[in-house]
Amino acid sequence: MPRPMIPLAVSAYTVTSALGRGLADHRQALEAARGGLRPNDFGDAPLACWIGRVDGVEDAPLPDTLAEWECRNNRLAWLGLQQDGFLGRAQAAIARYGAARVALVLGTSTASIGATEEGYRRLDDGRMPAGLARPGLHMPHSLTAFVADALGLQGPALTVSTACSSSAKVFASAERLIRLGVADAALVGGVDTLCGSVLFGFNSLELVSPERCRPFDRARRGLSLGEAAGFALLERTGAAPASPRLLGYGEASDAHHMSTPHPEGLGAELALRDALARASLDAAQVDYINLHGTASQKNDEVEAALIGRIFPAGTRASSTKGYTGHTLGAAGIVEAAFALLALEHGFVPGNLGGDEPDPACGPQFAWSGERRDVRIALSNSFGFGGNNACLAFGKAAA
Amino acid sequence: MSELRIYVEGIGVWSPQLADFAALRSWLQGTPSPAPAARPPAATLPANERRRATESVLLAIEVAGQAVAMSGRDAATLACVFGSAFGDLSITDYMCQTLAQTPAELSPTRFHNSVHNAPAGYWTIATGCHAPSSAVCAWHDTVGAGLLEAAAMALADERPVLFVCGDVAAAGPLAPITGSAQAFGCAFVVTPEVSPRSIAALSLRTVPQHGGMPRGRSALPAAWYEGNATANAALPLLAVLAGHNRHCQMAAAGKLGLEIVMENVA
Repeated sequence: MPRPMIPLAVSAYTVTSALGRGLADHRQALEAARGGLRPNDFGDAPLACWIGRVDGVEDAPLPDTLAEWECRNNRLAWLGLQQDGFLGRAQAAIARYGAARVALVLGTSTASIGATEEGYRRLDDGRMPAGLARPGLHMPHSLTAFVADALGLQGPALTVSTACSSSAKVFASAERLIRLGVADAALVGGVDTLCGSVLFGFNSLELVSPERCRPFDRARRGLSLGEAAGFALLERTGAAPASPRLLGYGEASDAHHMSTPHPEGLGAELALRDALARASLDAAQVDYINLHGTASQKNDEVEAALIGRIFPAGTRASSTKGYTGHTLGAAGIVEAAFALLALEHGFVPGNLGGDEPDPACGPQFAWSGERRDVRIALSNSFGFGGNNACLAFGKAAA
Repeated sequence: MSELRIYVEGIGVWSPQLADFAALRSWLQGTPSPAPAARPPAATLPANERRRATESVLLAIEVAGQAVAMSGRDAATLACVFGSAFGDLSITDYMCQTLAQTPAELSPTRFHNSVHNAPAGYWTIATGCHAPSSAVCAWHDTVGAGLLEAAAMALADERPVLFVCGDVAAAGPLAPITGSAQAFGCAFVVTPEVSPRSIAALSLRTVPQHGGMPRGRSALPAAWYEGNATANAALPLLAVLAGHNRHCQMAAAGKLGLEIVMENVA
């Protein structure tokens, strides 16, 4: 078991997804049980499915000084950074600690692969077309390199790319760097955008639902893909005494299969117990869990059983992928933001799409939104390759 | 700036010219050793997986297996960090080509093998490892950034960590863009405390760095450095571990360097 960790302050956070730009749009949509999915209109020959697309990315070019990073994923990152005054908060932290003392750890599954796909559609005599022959776009670190450049950061800058757990694991990497004194603060987050690779890739695995995804519904038919950007600023608690806390995190591997979860949720349970141990919490103290809940047959079955065997009936649990779709490498930060919103506003989002609950689901499931005090909130994120992460957040100590 | 001290218990190396760390030692001494088999043996993988696995998975598993064998540790207990600047470039080429022509025919196996954490997934499955596993990148700075991540994990959680880094040759239009001309992988088992298995102590210090690192003199062909992002950053560290220098510096981020000093362990 890991040692208990000293909590960190989440002194600022923001999210942009199909639900809108910034925290207020998300809070309103979650409280109104209003989902953001739409029929797939992405690309030239869209698959018949539903997607969580962010409006207006096409109309939001990067500033001229950052034009070398131009692509949909970096546009969404830039759009995300503008919300909730986050860019200003990040810049203030950089001014306070120094550009070399703020670590940058971002998660992404496919980064700017959409730009690589576009290059292949418009090859010029077998070569990348002139406008897309930019080496910084055709690699998975593109997002982090762009944000480091945009903010003038000079400290550690790392991309975590463990599929759908990517931007949950960034909290763990950042905590270690701060604990060891390599950095004084960390900018964490994640961005993934819709692209052919994931739409046709998940389709090839027969995991994409033809209708809106219905997490934990008995008749669920698979996932709906989405895109999102989210960021958070982590500092020692003395710097932000009133901010919510990162209390713990857990990471573990299934050692089972590349694209299906362990049948008993072994890695997921290890990650969850690791997070509780670091946070010095008992399961019974957890008020809300934002579930991974992709609406795939297997994930939801395994995760429902996990919640049922570990948490008491009073703990509330829901998946929010019915609102945003599965935002893949951004899901960790999006759902961390939802857990933080639950803490700050005393609202448990309902499990949108679960109209006929799977009988595997226990009394913990919040099928519709609930107003209640939330002091401790967890977020689960599980990825391909059996890569599991769990985050624990809490209110500032009274 | 901060200083992290770790110990190395195992080292793995593979490239089309290098079967292992011993082969690299002999090249560094001016005695080229015979080239290994065309594909990394990756004996840790079950035979059926080995036949289907991509080159980047075979490469990562081969060097990881070498490093863990040298350390004498049980792979199932080791947390692991897998780095690659570009991921599996031949799968990226396949995916983008297929998406441009016949997207509905995309292969599900190639899709799940396209995730950056495919090597970490195959490794943890093959070794029964339930410990934390990660997959990271930082472009040309992946070796330094990944080593920093692995060292931080080892020291923060007081546990041994396997750090693996590798890149394969690019295919198609990505070849001139990435400059990745041949495969190279390396792996290190690092620990927070000295043990009877420790080969070397490394002190890592973060320092400001602007611009590229001068390579210095080397007995190795320049093409090895130039044709692979992992090799370019890792070969100077491997030369230090082979006793050819006491220190080296590598980039850990765009403007951050990692100064590495080796000390012998008794």
